[in-house]
Amino acid sequence: MDLLISIIQATLIYGTPIIIAGIGGLFSERSGVVNIALEGIMMIGGFTAATLVYFLEIVLPEPVDVFAPWIAIVGGSVAGLVISVLHAYLSINLRADQTISGTAINIFAGGFTVYMAGIIFHQQRTEAFSKGFLKAPIPLLHKIPLIGDIFFNNIYPTVYVAFVVVILAWFLLYKTAFGLRLRGTGENPHAIDSLGINVFKMRYFGVLTSGFLAGLAGGIMILTQNTQYTIIGIHGTGFIALAALIFGKWKPLGVLASGLFFAFAQILSSYADSLSLALKMPFLGQLPKELYDAIPYLLTIIALILFSGRSVGPKAAGEPYDKGKR
Amino acid sequence: MDDRSRLKKLNRWMPVIAVLLGFLLGALIMVVTGENPLILFKSMVRAVLGLNLDNIGTDKPVFSVRTLATLLVYAMPIIMTGLSVAFAFRTGLFNIGAEGQVLVGSMAAAVIGVLFDGPALLLLPATVLGGALAGAIWGFIAGYLKAKYNVHEVVVTIMLNYTARYLSNYVLKALPGSSSNETVRLHENALLQSKFLSEMTGRSQFHWGFIIVIISIIIFSYIINKTTFGYELKAVGYNPHAAEYAGMKVKRNAALSMAIAGAFSGLAGVLLVSGLFGKGRVLVSFENYGFDGIAVALIGGNTAIGSLFSGLLLAALKVAQPFMTAQKVPDAIAVIISASIIVFVAMKTGLVEMIMKVRRAK
Repeated sequence: MDLLISIIQATLIYGTPIIIAGIGGLFSERSGVVNIALEGIMMIGGFTAATLVYFLEIVLPEPVDVFAPWIAIVGGSVAGLVISVLHAYLSINLRADQTISGTAINIFAGGFTVYMAGIIFHQQRTEAFSKGFLKAPIPLLHKIPLIGDIFFNNIYPTVYVAFVVVILAWFLLYKTAFGLRLRGTGENPHAIDSLGINVFKMRYFGVLTSGFLAGLAGGIMILTQNTQYTIIGIHGTGFIALAALIFGKWKPLGVLASGLFFAFAQILSSYADSLSLALKMPFLGQLPKELYDAIPYLLTIIALILFSGRSVGPKAAGEPYDKGKR
Repeated sequence: MDDRSRLKKLNRWMPVIAVLLGFLLGALIMVVTGENPLILFKSMVRAVLGLNLDNIGTDKPVFSVRTLATLLVYAMPIIMTGLSVAFAFRTGLFNIGAEGQVLVGSMAAAVIGVLFDGPALLLLPATVLGGALAGAIWGFIAGYLKAKYNVHEVVVTIMLNYTARYLSNYVLKALPGSSSNETVRLHENALLQSKFLSEMTGRSQFHWGFIIVIISIIIFSYIINKTTFGYELKAVGYNPHAAEYAGMKVKRNAALSMAIAGAFSGLAGVLLVSGLFGKGRVLVSFENYGFDGIAVALIGGNTAIGSLFSGLLLAALKVAQPFMTAQKVPDAIAVIISASIIVFVAMKTGLVEMIMKVRRAK
């Protein structure tokens, strides 16, 4: 039982940044702009948050220092939003190739974060912060049997942020007129334009939201799974988020489910030994660790093959909007 | 000059403008963060020409042939990944998977060179071709899925990059004698390394791989410019519908083009294992040879000769890195500059429009 609870909690914690960044990618692609820069934006967000929390923990006095990580992840989100303006300007205004633009941001993020760490901390990573987010039981709720143990005890509060983001995204996209227009922009921008809606503005909203959320995801990831920002701190989570977006068929609840599933696949390798004992299935512990690590990527390729032929995913994603073109 | 010929001229100079803007932005970032941009300039001169300007007027040697050889060593693999990305681009495909193709190429070279021994006449070609074949297979998967299921090659190759890293780490660690982070040295006859070349160039790491690079550049140009197949590839890249209507096998060509692109990247992996390091290495993160290839191809205008020169340029940035670190400048500025150059190349259409507008206003 303890093993099960521990696995569920680890899945939730590791799933949080995947889900949040995945929802970010969803906003961008639903508006018609492919965003493979999620990884790079997460790096910028993670670096900013790690730097901010290091200084805030020093500056803030005793009772208010609990807000340090929260301020830091907001800072990370804003940094992510700022860098995504570049992606938006390149792909929306200049009609540049969105994959090239995204690749450039991914490379830029690696260089920029390490360079700034060198300027600020005189080393290739940020200085280690002392606390970051802490696991704390939620008053009263943690006393609920089982559910309290899983969701409200010994877990980072950032896990709830992921659920809030998913619910808000779902509501915005499917229950409001704005969401309908945003989805329309990614499917048929000319039809949206003919309704008098500004396609450029909708796409800017999509891309900037994805920047904000990917920055948030990066900040949360570093402040919960690490003690400092390093160049390998994000280690491909942005691309797993992209995979979760595709595997979840570009739907908020799909991203939630596949994000959790991919997180489970990631942590499975560290639980393989104890699981193979508990379940009396020795082969689980003998499978190579690398196989567990490759599961999200392999499954995404398989999913893409299965989806092919059916219209899954926004139709106009990846194509610059050109008024004159029909 | 009329507008059209002016536009043509501008387009031809765009890569150079993008490079200059990239360096300008890098220098600007250095100024803003309180570093001396002159260090960047001097380090680049030292990397490209082998001249250490700081040593003028001192007893220390000003010119170093070793620095020049190092430039070539760094340039070789990224010229290869540049050719890889450029080849796919010509067919209208974006090969973001060069990274993974390099890894499987390295893996194959290491496996062959560690497991087998024999005369160099047999073993060396086997190592080189094995790496090329592994890269080709990895590229073909993405091309085949594109052709058969119309799955976007960008997403597939990204996923294949990670799959390649985990696969090759697993295989390399399983080889006899491997530690948890590297294999044993390849058999001597599987290596491209050469004492002769090294001593000729001031004990640098220069190796025979440069011949592979030259042959690859020739093959690239030959396929694209002289063969029917290359003509078809270009036609598909310009307009797939017209090409299909003209009776060309668009789908088959997509798969083949990705396989050839993959072979170029696989050879880059061979250069690293059999030429530079002499052993297979277990990687915890990517080394960005594939991503450098995207920059090389874009700056080089997706041509073979262009990739050669832009490969040398980006390699110079890498060679300059330790020079800058020695003067306490964070060497990541080099990465910022190459990313900025890609951004400016991507802005090409927009920049050209902007410049034309300003000219017309005059």
